Amino acid sequence: MEKGRGAGYGVYVAIFAALLVLTGATVAVSYVDLGLWNVAVALLIASVKASLVALFFMHLKHEGGLVWTFALVPVLFLVLIIAGTLSDTLFR
Amino acid sequence: MAEDTAHFAGEGGGQASGHVSPAVAYEAAKLGIWTFLATEVLLFGGLFTAYIVFRLKFPEMFHKDFVHLNRLLGAANTVVLIASSLTVALAIASIRKGKQQLLKLFLSLTILLAGVFLVIKYFEWTEKFAHGLFPGTDIFFSLYFMMTGLHGLHVLGGMLVLGGMLVLAGRGKFSESYHTPVEISGLYWHFVDLVWIYLFPMLYLIG
Repeated sequence: MEKGRGAGYGVYVAIFAALLVLTGATVAVSYVDLGLWNVAVALLIASVKASLVALFFMHLKHEGGLVWTFALVPVLFLVLIIAGTLSDTLFR
Repeated sequence: MAEDTAHFAGEGGGQASGHVSPAVAYEAAKLGIWTFLATEVLLFGGLFTAYIVFRLKFPEMFHKDFVHLNRLLGAANTVVLIASSLTVALAIASIRKGKQQLLKLFLSLTILLAGVFLVIKYFEWTEKFAHGLFPGTDIFFSLYFMMTGLHGLHVLGGMLVLGGMLVLAGRGKFSESYHTPVEISGLYWHFVDLVWIYLFPMLYLIG
C-alpha cells in the first residue's frame, strides 16, 4: 500500500546519473568500429536505460502483477509483429 | 471523479462521495494509462518493424546516410529528455509529500526541457533540409523524419498535458492525498522518453 509512495528524491537523481553515464558510454562506443557488435552494444545499453526508466521512474518496481502484465504484453506483441514480418521478408 | 477528501492509499476507502473508492479509482486510472501506452508501443512498433526490415534489406543505404545525422545534437537531446524524465519524477515525488510549490517548479522545468528538445529538433531538421535531405530522399530519411516527427508530436502533446497539470496545480487541485492526474501524465511522459532512448541509437549511432 504505502510502498514506493515515499521514494526519496535521491533515488531519482541516482537513476538520472546512471542514465547519463550510459548515454555517454553508448555515444563513446559508437566511435569505435566493432562491426555488428556496435548494434548489439547500442541495443543492450538502450535496453538497460529503458529498464531503469520503467522500473524506477515509472515505478514498475513497486507495482503488482496486473500492471506488469499490462506493461509486458504489448512488448510481447511487438516481438511477435517483428518476428512475423521478418519470417516473411527475410525469406522471399 | 476526484473527491477532495480522497485517500487513495486506501484506508477504508469508499466512504468518500463517489461510488468507487479512491484506491480503486487510482488503480483503474493506472491500468488505463498503461493500456494507452500499449497502443503507443504498437503505433511506434510499426515504424520500428519497418526500420528493421529496410535496414536488413538496404544496409549500405543506412550506413551511407546515418553519418549525416549529428550524433552530438542527438546525444544532447537524449540528455535533455532524460533530465525532463527526472524532473517529472521529482514532481510526482514532491506532490506525494504534499509539496505543491515543488510540484509547480518541477512541472515548469519539465515543460521547459520539452521545449528545448523541440528547438534542437527544429534546428536538426532545418539543417537537413538545407542540405537537400527530405523525407522523400530515400527510405532512411523517410524513416528518420517519420520516426522523429511522430516522436516530436508526442513531445508536443506531452507539453500540452503537463501544461494542463501545471494549470491545475496552480489552482491547488493536487495534494498529498490526491494527485492521480499528475502520476498518469508522468507515466506518459516517461514513455515518450523511453521511445527516444531507442530512437537515438537506432538512427544516430548504428549505421
